[in-house]
Amino acid sequence: MIYFNNVSKIYKDATALSDVTFTVEEGEFVSVVGHSGAGKTTLTKMILAEEHPTEGTVFFESINVNKLKSKELTKLRRRIGMVFQDFKLLGNKTAYENIAFAMEAVGRTEKEIKSDVPHVLELVDLGHRASHFPSQMSGGEQQRLAIARAIINQPELIIADEPTGNLDPVNTHEIVQILKKINDLGTTVILTTHNRGVIESVNKRVITMENGKIIRDTKHNK
Amino acid sequence: MAMTTFKRIIKAGFLNFKRNGSISSAAILQVVNTLAIITTILLLQAVLHSALTQIKDKVDVTIYFNVGASEEKITALKSSLEQLPEVAQVSYTNADDALKLFRDRHESDYPTIQALDEIGTNPLGAYLNVKAKEVSQYENIANFLKSDNTLVLGSTSIIDKVNYHQNKQVIDRLNIIISGAQKFGFLLTLYFIISSVIITFNMIRLTIFISKEEIGIMRLVGASKMHVRGPFMIEGAIYGVVGTLITLILFWPVTSWLGRNMTDFLGINLSSYYLSNIFQIIAILLSSGIILGIISSSLAVRKYLNK
Repeated sequence: MIYFNNVSKIYKDATALSDVTFTVEEGEFVSVVGHSGAGKTTLTKMILAEEHPTEGTVFFESINVNKLKSKELTKLRRRIGMVFQDFKLLGNKTAYENIAFAMEAVGRTEKEIKSDVPHVLELVDLGHRASHFPSQMSGGEQQRLAIARAIINQPELIIADEPTGNLDPVNTHEIVQILKKINDLGTTVILTTHNRGVIESVNKRVITMENGKIIRDTKHNK
Repeated sequence: MAMTTFKRIIKAGFLNFKRNGSISSAAILQVVNTLAIITTILLLQAVLHSALTQIKDKVDVTIYFNVGASEEKITALKSSLEQLPEVAQVSYTNADDALKLFRDRHESDYPTIQALDEIGTNPLGAYLNVKAKEVSQYENIANFLKSDNTLVLGSTSIIDKVNYHQNKQVIDRLNIIISGAQKFGFLLTLYFIISSVIITFNMIRLTIFISKEEIGIMRLVGASKMHVRGPFMIEGAIYGVVGTLITLILFWPVTSWLGRNMTDFLGINLSSYYLSNIFQIIAILLSSGIILGIISSSLAVRKYLNK
């Protein structure tokens, strides 16, 4: 589903990614682990074409994501659900509206929005928080809301970039369980983290990065 | 589909406007500043225009005829003057009326009246008072009078004097002042409008700068550019509409005070000017406000949309 071919990303004086090659199959749950600055976030940004490789190519199925025009890129991003460490929720919209916005963005009808939003809010246990703004919610609740938003349009891929970075162990566990459930239902998940505990509780394929390079991939070691 | 998107964009615009209370108020205040400047300039121009019209109205050229000049010839000259495109009005005062006006004017000037009485006959000739449409056209009229022999035979012989040449200096200076005032007014207007537009533009950019991150998030969630930009444009338009309303309401008591107390000084009743031109003023303010709001917002968002 995702193909990185000899991808390097060099900023002015720092190398973020160096000759990275790997593939992710449909339905996989891949954890990317490494210290801060190992290149995990750059890697996820490459899939969304937020960053362009200095060398190499990134494919989403048969699409070279770096050759996409603005409109096509919008379409690609609609097929990917994103979850971030800092949640990236719309601060002036309620929980309900945050999810509704993602549905509006892809052109879903009012009827669909009215029936799906409460359902997905229940799924992440936020049914009672529908009319609250992100600033009125705890970190764990905000992240669950971000996940609800990421899955509402039934994306083919979920990218969770350090989703548990700002959370306590209880909330971290909850988030990991939700992501596993999503993966069980058939959605491909890429999770980046620097938390060994998270990887152990996921217990699936792990790509380990250091200084912009892949130093270990459990897929090949197994 | 397009209708639904449009409705959503409008709804989101109003919701953002409501929720960004303090920022919206700041942006509206700035729009009000700009619109107030535009309104002030409109009123000042009305004052300037009326002052200039009054000054222009006071300028005229008088053609004095010899005593005993035949009325027939004077009337012929009058009608040929009236045919000139530059001439707005020609009024004829005959010798008797001229004497009567002179006596009235010098009513309290006893020696003059006494001298007149001693002469016994009317020493004054008839005269024509000519008003041009524009101050700059008096020269042409004076030239016409010099060369008019061909038009009305013998009319030069009946003309005693034309006071244009005495008034020439004053008229010329007035001409320079009028055109200078108009140019200066225009430049000042341009300066104030451009500067306040730039300030408002940057103010609205600041309000959008605060939403910079949200714009990025919306794009990441897959929203189209129009879906992101639309609500900001609606917000900008709301700034324009609310700003217009506030400005109109603010100027109502201001102009009515000016109308009550300053009409003599300004030479125009600004209250009745404001009320009788209210629809034009609304149209100017509303279109400036809305265009300013929408364009500023849309340009400011564009900067973050392409990131």
